[in-house]
Amino acid sequence: MLKILKSGFFTTVQDHGRFGFRSIGVPVSGVMDDDSSRIANQLLENQTDSAVLEITMTGPTLLFEASTYIALTGAFLSPTLNNEPIENYQVIKVNKGDILSYGKLQNGLRSYLAVKGGFKTQKVLGSYSQYYPVTMKKCLKDGESVDFEETLLFNPAISGLKIDSKATETVLKVHKGPEFELLSNEAKQKLFNTPFSISEKNNRMAYQLAELIEPHKNSILTSGTMPGTIQYTPAGRLIILMKDGQTTGGYPRILQLSSESIGVLSQKRFGDQISFELI
Amino acid sequence: MKEFPINIKPFGQRAVLVEWPNEVNESILNDILRFVDCFQQLGLPGWEMSIAYNSLTMVSAMEDIDFDLIAEQIKACHNEDGSQQLSKERYLWKIPVCYDAEFGLDLNETAQTLALSVDELIVQHTSFQYTVFGIGFLPGFMYLGGLPSKLEIPRRKEPRLHVARGSVGLAGKQTGIYPQDSPGGWNIIGSSPIPIFNPASEKPCFVSVGDKIQFTQISRAEYDLKRIEAEVGILRPEKHKLDA
Repeated sequence: MLKILKSGFFTTVQDHGRFGFRSIGVPVSGVMDDDSSRIANQLLENQTDSAVLEITMTGPTLLFEASTYIALTGAFLSPTLNNEPIENYQVIKVNKGDILSYGKLQNGLRSYLAVKGGFKTQKVLGSYSQYYPVTMKKCLKDGESVDFEETLLFNPAISGLKIDSKATETVLKVHKGPEFELLSNEAKQKLFNTPFSISEKNNRMAYQLAELIEPHKNSILTSGTMPGTIQYTPAGRLIILMKDGQTTGGYPRILQLSSESIGVLSQKRFGDQISFELI
Repeated sequence: MKEFPINIKPFGQRAVLVEWPNEVNESILNDILRFVDCFQQLGLPGWEMSIAYNSLTMVSAMEDIDFDLIAEQIKACHNEDGSQQLSKERYLWKIPVCYDAEFGLDLNETAQTLALSVDELIVQHTSFQYTVFGIGFLPGFMYLGGLPSKLEIPRRKEPRLHVARGSVGLAGKQTGIYPQDSPGGWNIIGSSPIPIFNPASEKPCFVSVGDKIQFTQISRAEYDLKRIEAEVGILRPEKHKLDA
């Protein structure tokens, strides 16, 4: 068991999400930064879609009630094990009674914690991913526990990796969306030639960008959306849907982020700058 | 040949958008349902299908799809004989609604704006069968078509931060039920005790696109009883086979 002594700002259990319920309006959910989560699981030789903790901005304080091995990836939140600093992208042995806590956010926004064998909570609609109201709670709370199986001995094939943080990447690769041609030439110019910054409205459902492009009067009949879809509101605002994003929407869909770029964006926070590049 | 032409567009690395003519029309919806039936019979694993009005968004579990290949399969399905029956049964669901003022926060104001009495409004709202043209936005949220023009009313100027689960509302050409507590700008006229979305159930949403909904008026006492039945899991909405 992992005991959540303090939950931090927003800590959730996530796997690759729930597939097959889009037709009844259920978002896919799952880890925001696929690459970081996958690497954490690979270091521990887990199934790549094993459930991890997704830790946002301010980390939790966690008590291990059984021994295991862990790997931390993604954003660097100055983690410590029993008050000793530890690094991201390493396989680290933890003993029963050890306390993992987090400090200052150094880069990125979302950090991942994987344990050997993955976290085991109750699956809902085929997934461990927390998403209210499909799951009872939207995130972990102080005092809750999350199950995992004890591992006393593990000899990893590789003990660690040197990985450059994605936090320095600022270019988002995009495909043209279904309504790309609704954009005027001026709007396209601005879209591909100026940087945009992340507004304070950013979460697992969507990232809104602070700068507006040209307003417009086009409307579409409500139609499908998915993670990475960029919606263009009549006011000229750009809304990038993320993993918990709605499955349908009525705003023109002008661009679609590549899967990798969804991960890059998920490490951005309020005020960070990004730009778009067509694939 | 099918009745309507389609347009097939790539939508990122893992999805395809298939669009029918840009209108809300039951014949188009039936064409889409027949198409989905045909595509599903190909037995290709790992596709999610999201229907909304005149479009079908097909999302693959695979990271990179071969658009040209899938477009060929889509065209082949679209060219199939369009006259066959759908393989899935379709249903008319009778959804009980309590129109008491306690739930119908905007009932009086809405009736006034529409120049109807409250009773006339309720009669109008419960007299028609609404077609489910899509499910999306929130888990279990139905896009219903077929609202009588007498009940068309703009959204509230200021959306509410909290609309209770089960609330039944009117907005523009739409009526619908909030499947969860959520913010919302619809004019709330009543509440239904039926849980539209239940993740613990084998079929988390009992309604499918292509089904129809008809609201029926219940008293406050019936509402309370049905709420209790819903909580213990024995409340089943009344259903009738369509196309029978």
